[in-house]
Amino acid sequence: MNNENKKIKIPRVKMPEQPAGDRIKNFKEVELGLSEHQAVEESLRCLQCKKPICIDGCPVEIDIKSFIKLISEKEHKKALDKIREKNALPAICGRVCPQEDQCEKKCVLGIKNDPVAIGKLERFVSDFGEKEKKDKNKLEKSTHTSGDIVIKTAVIGAGPAGLTCAGELAKLGYEVTIFEALHKAGGVLIYGIPEFRLPKSVVEREIEYVKSMGVEIILNSVIGKTLTVDELMDKYRYKSVFVATGAGLPYFMDIPGENLNGVYSANEYLTRSNLMKAYIFPNWDTPIKKARKVAVIGGGNVALDSARTAKRLGAENVYLIYRRGEAEMPARIEEIHHAKAEGIEMIFLANPVEIIGENGWVKKIRCIKMELGEIDSSGRRRPVPLKGSEHDIEVEVVVMAIGQGPNPLLTSSIPGLKLNKKGNIEADEAGRTNKKGVFAGGDIVSGAATVILAMGAGRVAAHCMDEYIKTGSWL
Amino acid sequence: MVRLIKKEQLTEDIVKFDIEAPIIAEKARAGQFVIIRTHEEGERIPLTIADNDPEKGIISIVVLRAGRTTCYLMNMAQGECILDVVGPLGRETEVENFGEIIVVGGGVGIAPILPITKSMKRAGNYVVSIIGAKNKESLILKEDIASFSDESYVCTDDGSEGFHGFVSGFLSDYLIKSENSKNSKNIERVIAIGPVLMMRAVSEVTRKHHIKTVVSLNSIMVDGTGMCGACRVEVNKETRFACVDGPEFDGHEVNFELLISRHKMYLKEEKESLGQYLKDHECKLLKHSI
Repeated sequence: MNNENKKIKIPRVKMPEQPAGDRIKNFKEVELGLSEHQAVEESLRCLQCKKPICIDGCPVEIDIKSFIKLISEKEHKKALDKIREKNALPAICGRVCPQEDQCEKKCVLGIKNDPVAIGKLERFVSDFGEKEKKDKNKLEKSTHTSGDIVIKTAVIGAGPAGLTCAGELAKLGYEVTIFEALHKAGGVLIYGIPEFRLPKSVVEREIEYVKSMGVEIILNSVIGKTLTVDELMDKYRYKSVFVATGAGLPYFMDIPGENLNGVYSANEYLTRSNLMKAYIFPNWDTPIKKARKVAVIGGGNVALDSARTAKRLGAENVYLIYRRGEAEMPARIEEIHHAKAEGIEMIFLANPVEIIGENGWVKKIRCIKMELGEIDSSGRRRPVPLKGSEHDIEVEVVVMAIGQGPNPLLTSSIPGLKLNKKGNIEADEAGRTNKKGVFAGGDIVSGAATVILAMGAGRVAAHCMDEYIKTGSWL
Repeated sequence: MVRLIKKEQLTEDIVKFDIEAPIIAEKARAGQFVIIRTHEEGERIPLTIADNDPEKGIISIVVLRAGRTTCYLMNMAQGECILDVVGPLGRETEVENFGEIIVVGGGVGIAPILPITKSMKRAGNYVVSIIGAKNKESLILKEDIASFSDESYVCTDDGSEGFHGFVSGFLSDYLIKSENSKNSKNIERVIAIGPVLMMRAVSEVTRKHHIKTVVSLNSIMVDGTGMCGACRVEVNKETRFACVDGPEFDGHEVNFELLISRHKMYLKEEKESLGQYLKDHECKLLKHSI
């Protein structure tokens, strides 16, 4: 048997996880991480292709083949450095990236067998680096081109796009300040994604890393209110600004009863639980409604996060109501499996038409059955309501997780900034907006997408900002 | 960390703090608010900016003891620090020379009425102020309001000072009298801030007189930047976010019943939280009243 065939025979590593019965009673991380032995075994499955195509699937172009090779040689610290050449937040990406649609989708092993568990290996090296913590992050910071003059750059929003852009700018030798509206950095990583999927200590660790590169983070600064972009550039002398304010506007369905007590946007529900730690109320002061029966509307990762949070808050029945079928769910398959194992009851092909209340509180939700019709612009079959199929489900809390749009607070404060119909900033592939010196990227440009795509945009923009600052040219 | 430069007990239940916040002090306009967090485990609570001094770099907030966070804050001493303050948030009051206007403040709502009174006076308006409270002892900022008003009136529920009754009752009498008098005034606008029931009552009075009325809605908030939607209110049958679309809205279009109902969302939890706090800490201010 040749070497390649041997490799194909090794089964893909299984991630150890907390049993479903245990984990629905706590907020601790579901997946426990690979042991060194497991990681090295898994790294040996990599064929080390001459022309690796996995890298084409990575929005930040991590040298996947090389870091996996380093793991197989037990050079985990070097593997981490290799990843960090392109990605400042590997512990986060290893956990929340949809690898099955990106690098792992391209892996040639996946044609006949299971692809290499690239995401799990990425997580392994970043966690291993934390355990070791041998040497403080020493960065080969390139001295800035313009000699000793410090050039200031600003980043608005400390989420995935902003942190990545800031890290890159720091590497390029700029003085970088991130302005964050909330009292904690991390954006959606802190307020949105729950502890059981992405421990906040991991996020904090990665933010510390970005700070160690020389990035300053100013919290509690709502740009557009506290200061404006014009002020940052004119008064405070920031040469260039990167806007990465994310998708911070919750959508509601515009159906009767949505303002009843007990109806939440997913943003609010998750922010209360994650950022404000309402899940340990009253030890922390912010409350959240703990209900017996909860309905979550939507089929994406945010919906699953909400549903699994509700379960952990003690709900007996959590219904995930989605207007399409399981195959059309935009959520990660892994998370769908997790949610099912935890007892989330999925109701497919149903859509709420009204929330019915009693004395101001949610009592039940009225849904209509749907069937799938013609293929729509998203490439999926369009759900069509079935007349006369209305039925009621008794619930006390409803969480709307049907998507988020661009928050207009900042964009409306920049005079003349070009937006599209949905309110997203119009930016070219370099992140350039129509306002000289102002770049934008992440969800505020693309609409709600993934952490890694936002990071990719942040990375590209940083290099284009560098080019703009050096040349002064704005195409 | 944000320093509480000065603490001033206005009444038994109301405290005024001057806070060190230079950028907010420079930016704040009448009608806007800040969100504060006292300590790591604390809530984010919105508080209207009652005054700002750009030169000294301070803003003032006026706090009525209500739940755990306000109780915690009121137990803090001058010179201590709270964790965060963020702002100024929300839209500013529409200020221009309207002509003759009336400002109405009830209870702790007198505090946010003060900067509006000031701005309106400075913009050249003839300002009539009507403030009210339970009793004489609970009235705050009376002299400050009067000093920026052309006419100023005081109401108390128990008649211990000024008009015996609610501000809405006084306003109704005032408008009727004014319409019937020879040199009748042409009131262009009423701005009312106070308890929801008061703002609703004032809006009902002015509706009859067809006077545009602005109210400031104190709904429950988390982030204060339009990200969560906790502060949903209904105005002219449409859902709006009080934190970014408001906090000021046309009182004749506000669904006050919904606001009253939504204020009850966490009554049970608030009670539990406050109860636990009181068990652990002696709250001087609450001892006698519970």
